[in-house]
Amino acid sequence: MTLTAVLLLGAFHGLNPAMGWLFAVARGLQERSLDRLLQSIPVIALGHLASVALVALVVAATGSLVTGSVLAIGGGVVLVGFGLWRLLSRRHFRWVGMRLSLWQLTCWSFLMSSAHGAGLMLLPVFTGLQAQGHAGHAASGGLGVAALHTLAMFGVAGTIAVVVYQVAGLTVLRRAWFNVDRMWALALVVAGVITLAQV
Amino acid sequence: MTLWTPDPTFYPSPRDAAGAPAEKLAYVAAFDRSCARPDALAVIDTDPSSSAYGTVVGWTDLPGTGDELHHFGWNACSSALCPNAPHPHVERRYLVVPGLRSSRIHIFDTKDRISPELVKVIEAETLARRAGYSRPHTVHCGPEGLYVSALGGADGRDGPGGIAVLDHTSFEVLGQWELDRGPQYLAYDFWWHINQDVLISSEWGTPSMIEDGLVGELLLGRKYGHKLHFWDLRKRSHVQEVDLGDEHQMPLELRPAHDPTRMYGFAGVVVSVEDLSASVWTWFHQDGRWQARKVISIPAEPADPDRLPPVLQPFGAVPPLVSDIDLSVDDQRLYVSCWGTGEIKQYDVSDPFKPVELASLRVGGIAHRNPHPADPALPLRGGPQMVEVSRDGRRVYLTNSLYGAWDDQFYPDGVGAWMAKIDTDSFTFDTRFFPHGDDFRGLRPHQVRLQGGDASSDSYCYP
Repeated sequence: MTLTAVLLLGAFHGLNPAMGWLFAVARGLQERSLDRLLQSIPVIALGHLASVALVALVVAATGSLVTGSVLAIGGGVVLVGFGLWRLLSRRHFRWVGMRLSLWQLTCWSFLMSSAHGAGLMLLPVFTGLQAQGHAGHAASGGLGVAALHTLAMFGVAGTIAVVVYQVAGLTVLRRAWFNVDRMWALALVVAGVITLAQV
Repeated sequence: MTLWTPDPTFYPSPRDAAGAPAEKLAYVAAFDRSCARPDALAVIDTDPSSSAYGTVVGWTDLPGTGDELHHFGWNACSSALCPNAPHPHVERRYLVVPGLRSSRIHIFDTKDRISPELVKVIEAETLARRAGYSRPHTVHCGPEGLYVSALGGADGRDGPGGIAVLDHTSFEVLGQWELDRGPQYLAYDFWWHINQDVLISSEWGTPSMIEDGLVGELLLGRKYGHKLHFWDLRKRSHVQEVDLGDEHQMPLELRPAHDPTRMYGFAGVVVSVEDLSASVWTWFHQDGRWQARKVISIPAEPADPDRLPPVLQPFGAVPPLVSDIDLSVDDQRLYVSCWGTGEIKQYDVSDPFKPVELASLRVGGIAHRNPHPADPALPLRGGPQMVEVSRDGRRVYLTNSLYGAWDDQFYPDGVGAWMAKIDTDSFTFDTRFFPHGDDFRGLRPHQVRLQGGDASSDSYCYP
């Protein structure tokens, strides 16, 4: 069940144009090069992984200091608050500039994922791991979860990028780009509630 | 203000935008030269199937007087789809309307109404305090927010002019855009090669050089602007200036290629002090630096001095005075307005270095005062000035006023007020579309913005 959730959340993150596949497509189109697109996806996934893994490590470190229920309650409250803020705020992430090196693209992806709370969405899983075992296992387990999650994200983002680049074309954006941000914010709130329910 | 699917007027690529439905409304900035009455936004019906086609169907007065409306822009455009900071679920809804003389910036809501409704005014003091600028002019929706160029400095300083950044949604003035302006001092228009992180700006003059009319000594002394500036859009720093030669006074409107993979664009130069000709230049990036080449030269036309205003009598000729140019969204056609001679020219610019003139129409003009075919008995003053091209490239809209003090110098008997539309396939005036005279209630029409966007409103991140 947890594994499925981790993979599904990864797929959900991969699906979001704002999380990177659209940037990869734009980079490919700019130079009419599928190679450039394919180079972009792994570094975007790397940035995403860093963002998610950071949350996993923070949870593991915090979990070794406090009792399980404090962690879950604190995490859940943070998550619900962040989700509501995402839902109500009109602010959006800004990165000025389109010409990025692959390294800068990784940083962009890390910031984009962090600003959207990608790692936070996995809090129920991380705190769940914490409740089950001792600190060392929670850290390695968390990193494993982050890696699996990112793998799913990578697969979905890569597939969409290639399909849009090769077949569908960008006009699909005009119809299919539903407001992921709003759904995303709701998902954060739901994840927060689940975290609290674990207590 | 948040939508579930992207605003339908946002297009990923210029190719998609060229397939956009025809505009049904045009917004026209109109100003009162006497500063006694408020300036206004006039709304024109552009739907040929409507019974009100070609007439003023909406009107919104500004709250104050003496704004001298000039250029304006949208709160959001197709750049919202750019992948580095996407926010496609905002609406293209608000018009950002600066007063070039008052330095106030007005925000108007256009949603679900014909006549726009004022929602916010940014006072001149706020612009001065937060950004250090006055005389706001051109508006573009861009990566960091709304970019507004300004001609003058603040706190009594004449310059430098530059760019202020406004928040996308709150319309708060965030500050001055430039971190390192290098040698740049004069400002006017700006736009960018958005995918290459390059901003381009042009030069007119500081407020003291323009507000009381064109100053002959400054012009003959070659003191007005004659350079293009290239900037790093991300670092906000000056990269290079390209001097067109000081005889080429006033490079104004900048029209970069809409195709984001191409790095060239066109700049119109008002007048050469050597022979009163006007010119269009193509800028490009080659051998690691920015360069510009004159690709169109339009000569002055000899005229009987009796038919000329005092400012031109010593020359016995009418300069074309290219005050605006506009590039179609598909980058294939360039429209050049000659406000002095009263001519609008259409060029094939599929090769940007070798424009080919395809057609031209005469209307107004200092010496000729050509009528519009809808009213052949009415001599017209003023000339084609602001040019706007529809997204599909099939229609071109013109208005006739340049700038209050300059209108009075070149058309001392009054510049009049008129707007015209050209069908580009046949390149003829649409005789059903000719709002003029009292239609504008004594105000002078300046820039046109088309509902849903036009050829000079949007930038695209995908080819």
